[in-house]
Amino acid sequence: MSGEGDVKVAIRRLYKIFGPNPKTMMRHVEGGMCKTDLLEQYNHVLGLQDINVDIRAGEITVIMGLSGSGKSTLIRHLNRLIDPTAGEVLVDGENVLDYGDARLAKLRQNTMSMVFQKFALFPHQTVLANAGMSRRVRGERAEIADTEGRRWLSRVGLDGYEDHYPGQLSGGMQQRVGIARALSSDSEIMLMDEAFSALDPLIRTDMQDLLLELQRELHKTIVFITHDLDEALKIADHLVILKDGTIVQQGEPQEILLQPNDPYIVDFISDINRARVLRVRSVMEVTDRAGEGVAGEVEADTNLERVIALSGGDTNLNYRVMEDGRQVGLLHMRDLVRALVPVEAASEDRRVA
Amino acid sequence: MATYDGLFETLGLETWCGGGATDGPMTMAELLARANGSQAAEGADPSVPLMQTPFPSLDALNRSCAAIPRSRDMTEAVENGFLSVKDPLKTVLDPLTQPLSWMLDLSLELFQDIPWFIMIPLLVAATWFASRRIGVTLFVLVSFLFMAFIDYYDDAIRTLSIIFVCTIVSIVLGIPIGIAMSRSNALQRTVIPILDILQTLPTFVYLIPLIYLFSVTESKIYGIAIILYAVVPVIRLTDLGIRLVDRDVIEAADAFGMSQRQKLWGVQIPLALPNIMAGVNQTIMMSLAMVVIASLISAPGLGVKVLAGIRNLELGVGFVAGFCIVLLAVLLDRSTKAALSRIDASVRS
Ligand SMILES: Nc1ncnc2c1ncn2[C@@H]1O[C@H](COP(=O)(O)OP(=O)(O)O)[C@@H](O)[C@H]1O
Ligand SMILES: [Mg+2]
Repeated sequence: MSGEGDVKVAIRRLYKIFGPNPKTMMRHVEGGMCKTDLLEQYNHVLGLQDINVDIRAGEITVIMGLSGSGKSTLIRHLNRLIDPTAGEVLVDGENVLDYGDARLAKLRQNTMSMVFQKFALFPHQTVLANAGMSRRVRGERAEIADTEGRRWLSRVGLDGYEDHYPGQLSGGMQQRVGIARALSSDSEIMLMDEAFSALDPLIRTDMQDLLLELQRELHKTIVFITHDLDEALKIADHLVILKDGTIVQQGEPQEILLQPNDPYIVDFISDINRARVLRVRSVMEVTDRAGEGVAGEVEADTNLERVIALSGGDTNLNYRVMEDGRQVGLLHMRDLVRALVPVEAASEDRRVA
Repeated sequence: MATYDGLFETLGLETWCGGGATDGPMTMAELLARANGSQAAEGADPSVPLMQTPFPSLDALNRSCAAIPRSRDMTEAVENGFLSVKDPLKTVLDPLTQPLSWMLDLSLELFQDIPWFIMIPLLVAATWFASRRIGVTLFVLVSFLFMAFIDYYDDAIRTLSIIFVCTIVSIVLGIPIGIAMSRSNALQRTVIPILDILQTLPTFVYLIPLIYLFSVTESKIYGIAIILYAVVPVIRLTDLGIRLVDRDVIEAADAFGMSQRQKLWGVQIPLALPNIMAGVNQTIMMSLAMVVIASLISAPGLGVKVLAGIRNLELGVGFVAGFCIVLLAVLLDRSTKAALSRIDASVRS
């Protein structure tokens, strides 16, 4: 068991090539051949290329990218539903690629659970049996499976649906069962592959809130996949942006918003409501200087939209930024307004190293 | 002088051929021709018109060159080949298939020994528990009362007993084969052509090697014929059913660390069950079709009556027996389909 913030899962120099002869293709890929050339000349699909990610304990790591960018492929390497062509996946420092069948089964039963885009519940079993499935798989008694199943169903708001079958529930409810199934395994790591993408927008928001609420309490290590930037920004502690099987940028979401290092990302983030996503912490001046003419105090985690409302649109004001009752900085409204303008194609001085 | 004499002369093979046609086993046609005193079959007329030039077949070539075997020699070689492997084959197959004879005989005795006033309620009750449909259950009751009333009950029950045993054996053999096929593409590729052959071969063709291999007095001879024919759909649909199970569900089973066995029994078989049961339904129907034909090789039951109708030109017997077969077919089909839809409902609810 690792402490919060430690690296829980480390992905190191991971490559995945689809096709009949992936190993021999590694030569070309390491020689710098790109995805389209590999497909045209050798008819192999370059799924993932030189992926390095540190997934920290207790955080939500979001992997975002357009459809076909390799997100599902990447997340399936963590529990080895897909084996890589090259590279390592270290869980608590152990390379899971060295695992034999028995050890791998243990990893999947105890350490990692998974939530799927299309729910993937067992249609022939009741909701309760589905929720307790992860317990029953590892040979625990039926009473334990049922108790745990019932507990987590209730936690995701499905009291009274125990004896229904998945087919009788709406999509949102089915995914709640999917989450209960993952949670009842009590695993430290939870993998979520576009878990909310198949849901209606309103229900999706509900589910995101549910996830954040559960996470505040459970502090799981979550790997969450999405193609929706708003969703990513809402829940990510660490954001990884994937394009054509390579990572274009990763880091704190606010940082990526303020300092995108690739035109692709600039494009991607040009449409979002920055005032709602950006937080005071990201645009303030870090200082404990008292400052003159301070109009009031704001919390570091407040989003800019709230501050704009507070200021009544006056760009000459300054606010004292507080966290845990201490001043952590000063917010100048002028900086705030500047941060609202989407970054044009990243200029040199704003680009991160 | 025959048509292809010239050919062998130009090739310089006359010495190898050693002259004209030889004696040997003759076909019925040749024997008849000889008995009638005509030599027409020799076709020795040198002035064969061009339009009647025979195909250079075994027989035609033999007339010019004795070293070339005739068609009848060829079939005889096949026969001898078969006869030479028959004994080793028999020593292997005989003990292996012996239990089938026992099962068929035992079941036949059992079905016949249970008096009608117990058997008919038993069948009706079984239908009810499998289907839970009043209509089907009533139909079974009325059908059996009718057949009993017209004195065809005994034959019908014999037919039913054979179907019962052959279906069980087909399921016991077919489902594991189907499961194995669903797991290995290589196995699937080898088994499917065999299944195709078993299914497309005219049913009579099965009977020929069986008659050579086994004695007609043993029950297993018709048991094997029926099972070879009827096992096909249950194999096919087990394989198909398991392969059709939703990939996402299988992936979920893998992601939670299910073992192969847990996955098979907990996910694949339950979800493939509607398809497997559809296979069982077809297996039953094909057993019924074959049990009638197998009366040619001593299978008892309604088929014997149909056969009697053909042999003795007893039109009425044949018709009524045929009608009883239709009744059996409909009631077997309806009751298994009703049971099937119940399973369907529980899997997909
Ligand atoms: N089994 C496979 N064989 C060949 N190509 C594959 C296979 N699985 C995925 N790919 C390819 O890899 C790329 C990434 O796919 P995927 O990980 O499913 O993307 P995403 O989940 O981001 O939509 C796609 O171009 C896809 O066509
Ligand atoms: Mg995907």
